[in-house]
Amino acid sequence: MSASIVRDTRLAKRRRELMVCAVLAAIALALALLGLVVGAYTVALPDLLATLVGQGSAKDNFIVLQLRLPRVTIAIVVGIAFALSGALFQALFSNPLASPDIIGITTGASSAAVAAILILGLSGLTVSLFAFVGALAVATAIYLLSSSGGASSYRFVLVGIAFAFLLHGVLGYLLTRADVRDAQGALVWLVGSLSGTRWVDIAVAGAGVAVLLPVVALLAPRLRVLQLGDSSASGLGVRVAPVRLGLLTVAVALAAVGTAAVGPIAFVAFVCGPIARRLLRTGGTGLVASALVGVVLVLGSDFAAQHLLGDTQVPVGIITGAVGAPYLLWLLARANRTRGDS
Amino acid sequence: MTTAATRGRLFLGLALCLAVLLIVLFLSLALGARQVALGTTLEALFAPDAGNADHRVIRELRIPRTLLGLVAGAALGLAGSIMQGLTRNPLADPGLLGVNAGASLFVVLGITWFGIAGTTGQVWLAFAGAAVATVIVYAVGSGRAGATPISLTLAGSAVTAAMTSIITLLLLGNLDTLNQYRFWAVGSLVGRDLEALLALAPFLAVGLVLALSLGRMLNVLALGDDLASGLGQSVLRTRVLSAVAVVILCGCATSLAGPIVFVGLVVPHLARRITGPDYRWILAFSLLLGATLLVAADVIGRLVVLPGELEAGLVVAFVGAPVMIALVRGSRLGAL
Amino acid sequence: MDLRATDLSLSYDGDRIVEGLDLEIPSGDITVIVGPNACGKSTLLRGLARLMRPDAGLVTLGERDIHSINSKQLATWVGLLPQQPIAPEGITVADLVGRGRYPHQGLFGQWTAADEAAVTHALTVTDTLDLSVRRVEELSGGQRQRVWIAMALAQDTDILLLDEPTTFLDVAHQIEVLDLLHELNATRGTTVVMVLHDLNLAARYADHIVVMAGGSIVTSGEPRAVITAETVTSAFGLECVVIEDPLYGSPLVVPRGRFHPAG
Repeated sequence: MSASIVRDTRLAKRRRELMVCAVLAAIALALALLGLVVGAYTVALPDLLATLVGQGSAKDNFIVLQLRLPRVTIAIVVGIAFALSGALFQALFSNPLASPDIIGITTGASSAAVAAILILGLSGLTVSLFAFVGALAVATAIYLLSSSGGASSYRFVLVGIAFAFLLHGVLGYLLTRADVRDAQGALVWLVGSLSGTRWVDIAVAGAGVAVLLPVVALLAPRLRVLQLGDSSASGLGVRVAPVRLGLLTVAVALAAVGTAAVGPIAFVAFVCGPIARRLLRTGGTGLVASALVGVVLVLGSDFAAQHLLGDTQVPVGIITGAVGAPYLLWLLARANRTRGDS
Repeated sequence: MTTAATRGRLFLGLALCLAVLLIVLFLSLALGARQVALGTTLEALFAPDAGNADHRVIRELRIPRTLLGLVAGAALGLAGSIMQGLTRNPLADPGLLGVNAGASLFVVLGITWFGIAGTTGQVWLAFAGAAVATVIVYAVGSGRAGATPISLTLAGSAVTAAMTSIITLLLLGNLDTLNQYRFWAVGSLVGRDLEALLALAPFLAVGLVLALSLGRMLNVLALGDDLASGLGQSVLRTRVLSAVAVVILCGCATSLAGPIVFVGLVVPHLARRITGPDYRWILAFSLLLGATLLVAADVIGRLVVLPGELEAGLVVAFVGAPVMIALVRGSRLGAL
Repeated sequence: MDLRATDLSLSYDGDRIVEGLDLEIPSGDITVIVGPNACGKSTLLRGLARLMRPDAGLVTLGERDIHSINSKQLATWVGLLPQQPIAPEGITVADLVGRGRYPHQGLFGQWTAADEAAVTHALTVTDTLDLSVRRVEELSGGQRQRVWIAMALAQDTDILLLDEPTTFLDVAHQIEVLDLLHELNATRGTTVVMVLHDLNLAARYADHIVVMAGGSIVTSGEPRAVITAETVTSAFGLECVVIEDPLYGSPLVVPRGRFHPAG
């Protein structure tokens, strides 16, 4: 074998990553355009382009800039946020099942939001704030409760599940105390929906993600080393406990930002990581690819949610749930079986 | 093996638990938002007067919910013990392992698609849902290392999440179903009628008898599959019988009281602390302790937010979650 | 640089495992730590590798407390191969070895020509170059250990700590790995410190043996001086006879049990 095999394999791996990401980005772009063009009133492509540069008619302006562009933009932002959050969790805990949805963090956000709506009668940005704080509060509680004698990842996950079930109980209770129509409105917070997003929500979410992305980039090399196990990572000079905590905080913050903006969109955090890794097939963490898969998933699901069932508009979380759930179960069954033995 | 002295001690303990249960049952009849004198409670039981409002409250409201709590609690306690023995998982609980979600899903499907609102129909749906969920969770959670506690628990959570999202889909479109469902989903002992209980009685009886007979088999299974086979026990038969018992018990409990989590988790651990590792005793104690726990939770729920009420399921969750967390913290994870 | 433990005490889960231990690791030699189960040898190694904070005492590298040295910097001097290391699913050999370059890389983990050279060299020396595109999980036990050693080599350190590198390998692979370590020590002067279970392999490959029991050092020194019937009996509680290895001349422990073959 030639001595340049190391360089060659590296380049091949790089090339594959770039190709996969390019294809995903192209699909995302196509879906975004679709989302802007298609609807009850179809906007022709030239008109769309005119509107985007500020030359469109008043009607086009309203439809595109006030109705559809916000939706497409927030889909991109939360797609990135949820997918990255899930991928980070899964890499941190070396387990495809560890995801903010399962371990009670997004449930914490939902509970706080539902409580704000049903008990305090709040709405709008304040509810989002509650959701954000709720997610962080639950994550902190889980972390503190699981940290005795070294934060074992199993403990974190199991304590998280306990919280998830407890909070589900609380949520159920809140839903019974409200008028049934309010309860139906609050249900949306349990599922995730992109409709009715305003530019101010997008700005806040976008800013949050923009702040967190560089932190992810900084921590990613350390994550790659962490995956070799705490002992090896320590031997390679990674300060395990602080880096773990940092990654956890970023992952939770991403999930919190996403949930605060649109509610917990089921399964996005769960499936993007595994899908990205399957596409890449290089055994890396696949963070960029995961983010792009998230964008594609949310854009595609939202499109389907709006148009697939005729006149009925369904929250996007339903579609991701319907698609994600069976796929997830299949993934889990396979992951459990194909893990190699020594 | 339990020695004669230990056996004597355990019988005493059993009698004690029974006594505690009876006291709790009585309290459930006597306490509540409406103040009723203790003497009146006794009267209502043994010499009811149809004209007396207090008597009516006790007979029509409190007796049903007490009985419901008794039956559902016993069933869940038993089911939890069997699950923990079957999967060798200290965190097994019908709620945590997705059984509740499965039962709920099928019940909601029944209500939405087929308009099945009657109890017997619901019960069969609950059974089917519980069975399907059990199979899925076991299949998904069984990995290379067998079904480890962590993989089972995670699979249970994933399946619960999956099924809950489908349930939410069905509820979003249908205000009426939502209205029915949200009260059922909270795990409440209120608003169910005794007819449901009577209709389920034969199933419950079968489940109970089957469950209590599993003690010896579970003891052997606890030694590990290979060892159990070596000792001449059909592991498959034990598994199937246990699963059937769990499905019957959970199906009944869930269709009666809605999905209740954590009873099946907490009760076996309590029982084990008293009895040690012998499943014949654990099952017996679980039955009594489960009933006590759920009825007590219902009573507490009636008293803490007067004049309102907290559902029993929620009270149990508030107790159960810290217990689960304590269990996770206190254990050497090698054991898990 | 000298790695040294001074009056070192280590606890695990509240139990004191190692008590008041003094140890100097001779630079450029192969040191093997042996001892019965639960004598604290792995704990000692983990203490030396900075995986644990000492209750009391110090571990110093060239007169500096290792806990005061920047962790990335320390990782360029001391490398570690822990027990049962974890390879992420689907990772290739080249990728895994590449991660060993982390201590030498910049803030965002940029890959340089020096990194590539080090990885290629590590793969060549461990004879795993033709495995570089394979997935780690597909390799045999011996191959996998060589790959992990390659990763530690890519780290380019003067000192290498290994915790039971041969325990799960069959005999042929055990020899393979130990031969490799010996060669590394001979050609590059890497200081090797490892925990081994097998007394005879330890006696054959070590320049310096440290015998532990009950959390402290029973004796240490050259194999010939240390591996004697008296030492084995006092440390392991095992009756034995020590003879000379017919191939290598090192001490060979022949354990005496209760079993007597017929005839």
